[in-house]
Amino acid sequence: MIEFIAIFVSYLPEWMQYFWPDWFQYIVANVLLALILLLPLFIVVAYYTLAERKVIGFMQIRIGPNRVGPKGLFQPFADMFKLMFKEIIIPTNSNRYLFIIAPIITFAPSMAAWAVMPFTDTMVFADINAGLLYILAMTSIGVYGVIIAGWASNSKYALLGAMRSAAQIVAYEIAMGFALVGVLMAGGSLNLGDIVESQSGGPWHWFVVPLFPLFMVYLISGVAETNRAPFDVAEGESEIVAGFHVEYSGMTFAVFFLAEYANMILIAMLSSLMFFGGWLSPFPSLIGDSIGWLFFKTAAFMWLFLWFRATFPRYRYDQIMRLGWKVLIPVTIVWLTVEGVMVYFKVGPWFS
Amino acid sequence: MIEKIQYYLKSFLFLELLKGLGVTGRYFFRKKITIQYPEEKTPISPRFRGLHALRRYANGEERCIACKLCEAVCPALAITIESEQRSDGTRRTTRYDIDLFKCIYCGFCEEACPVDSIVETNIFEYHFENRGENIMTKEKLLEMGDKYEAQLAADRSADAAYR
Amino acid sequence: MIETIVFYLFAFSTVVTATAVVTVRNPVHAALFLVLTFFTSAVIWMTLEAEFLAISLVLVYVGAVMVLFLFVVMMLDINIARLREGFVKYLPLGIAIAFIMLLLMLNVVTSDIFSSEAMLEPAAKAADYSNTKALGSVLYTEYVLAFEIAAVILLVAIVAAISLTMRKRSHTKYQNPSEQIRVRKADRIRIVKMPADGE
Repeated sequence: MIEFIAIFVSYLPEWMQYFWPDWFQYIVANVLLALILLLPLFIVVAYYTLAERKVIGFMQIRIGPNRVGPKGLFQPFADMFKLMFKEIIIPTNSNRYLFIIAPIITFAPSMAAWAVMPFTDTMVFADINAGLLYILAMTSIGVYGVIIAGWASNSKYALLGAMRSAAQIVAYEIAMGFALVGVLMAGGSLNLGDIVESQSGGPWHWFVVPLFPLFMVYLISGVAETNRAPFDVAEGESEIVAGFHVEYSGMTFAVFFLAEYANMILIAMLSSLMFFGGWLSPFPSLIGDSIGWLFFKTAAFMWLFLWFRATFPRYRYDQIMRLGWKVLIPVTIVWLTVEGVMVYFKVGPWFS
Repeated sequence: MIEKIQYYLKSFLFLELLKGLGVTGRYFFRKKITIQYPEEKTPISPRFRGLHALRRYANGEERCIACKLCEAVCPALAITIESEQRSDGTRRTTRYDIDLFKCIYCGFCEEACPVDSIVETNIFEYHFENRGENIMTKEKLLEMGDKYEAQLAADRSADAAYR
Repeated sequence: MIETIVFYLFAFSTVVTATAVVTVRNPVHAALFLVLTFFTSAVIWMTLEAEFLAISLVLVYVGAVMVLFLFVVMMLDINIARLREGFVKYLPLGIAIAFIMLLLMLNVVTSDIFSSEAMLEPAAKAADYSNTKALGSVLYTEYVLAFEIAAVILLVAIVAAISLTMRKRSHTKYQNPSEQIRVRKADRIRIVKMPADGE
């Protein structure tokens, strides 16, 4: 991208090149790259909301939204325009600045995490060594948006939602981190591209085979981390109306929504990268590796998120805490020990 | 001991969760039962209780004799009746108002009526645009009765066997 | 050029936010400013190519520690007026300590060890240089004893904190979810067959 910008600048007349110093070209190039990554993401998020309503509808023998456009295909845009034109109401006695900043704090890290996401072995926007750690760090910042939103709203429901969400995310982040430690031990790298490459050689080599318990823990804590059903007590309609975003309307609400769905897609893509070989083909002798496999696997996990929501009733709060601390964390520690033994004895095709 | 192992196996293999997922997964492919409302409509029972109407006899005489049983039975106090004696010695209403905002469409008025005068039609799609339109006056009710007499008579005869 | 801009931008905001932590009145705001301080210092570490440490700082302090901190601060109803009562009384002592700290810092910073000649800018690393790997190999060979001792101390602290706060109080009512979910139909209900009325 930086080369394209340089070529573009070289065609400009002399006096205009003065306004395009190197550092400015650098910034423009990176902003354009980010747009190339994020605009498709927004569209996927928009249609993911439609898919969610359709899938849940189908599972409840309904047909879901079907009025806006053919088969309801323009529904996301209708929702988007509605939210854009709605008034943003700032509650009295709320903390005005924090109230506005909170959705941005949730949104920005959920977008920033995508920077290190590899799509194929060459197509990665920021190929940093500690990519996995970076994603973990970014997703953990997102909780601040929720907490600040809950506190700044000056509403009891919102505060309760924020408290629930904070405790839940802290609890499940540990289980998630441990599950990822297992992947690191197997892959021998923090770089997501290297992790995928070390799984090459057919589906038998994918990390889901030796690390199945860790994969389940990762999936469960991924659902909990994104505050999705059955772990969505942070919104808990039946008790606390809508949780941390009760007071939000219009675009501020839409930004929370966008961040939540972008996080779901992120978790789905991470699980396909780390446990299911990302862009590696499941039939290496028949079809080659391509970005299509990654999208296919990610879509499968995104589907799972919707399936869970349509199926499971919400957990009670103390049971969520019990599951996180007393079930998932011990399971991960046990399996990390097992994995350590497997690594030591170089078991199977995974740890050789 | 065996029980405990069974319990742990069951919970760690997610057996019950998978069963639940199976149910929703099956239903995903079921035929959908949604009725696309404005284009499709569900069948309406002859006992359906919609907008009100006052019926007439075949000779054009209005049935209502202003006995006020409907006014008395109405749980929502939606009916207001005033009556006077006509020149031929019969008693008829001068005012028969139903406030549709108060009405709960319970059908008690229809049950109470000794001459099958006040009835409920199967019309449920209606709206008000101005204040005051929610009052169904006697004229409006009789007009409704005249307009839908065929439907009303058919519904009543269809349900007659069960009364 | 761009590194310099980034450094000054974030160094400046680190100083500003760190000052704000101790000056703002609202404890929640103070905690949030502390989060921002951690974040900006993480960025400064990043410019030093210490990416593992920088991300760990964000992950551990911002992502976990400060969340719990905020959690507690939001729950408490801190009376700021009472906190400020002893301000004048302890002011002389505070000034004295601050002065000593300042002297010490000046002494360290102006000494030759930290002079710009002694502390050269680290050479740029190769593209495949892994900060994580370098850190790990040092941590588990040269400093393994210190590392393990630190781990044990932390473990002791965790166990101590739990044992201090875990006590069964007789009057509190709580549920045991693991017992609850183990309940089966047979434990709670009894199906009784009896003839229907009027037969």
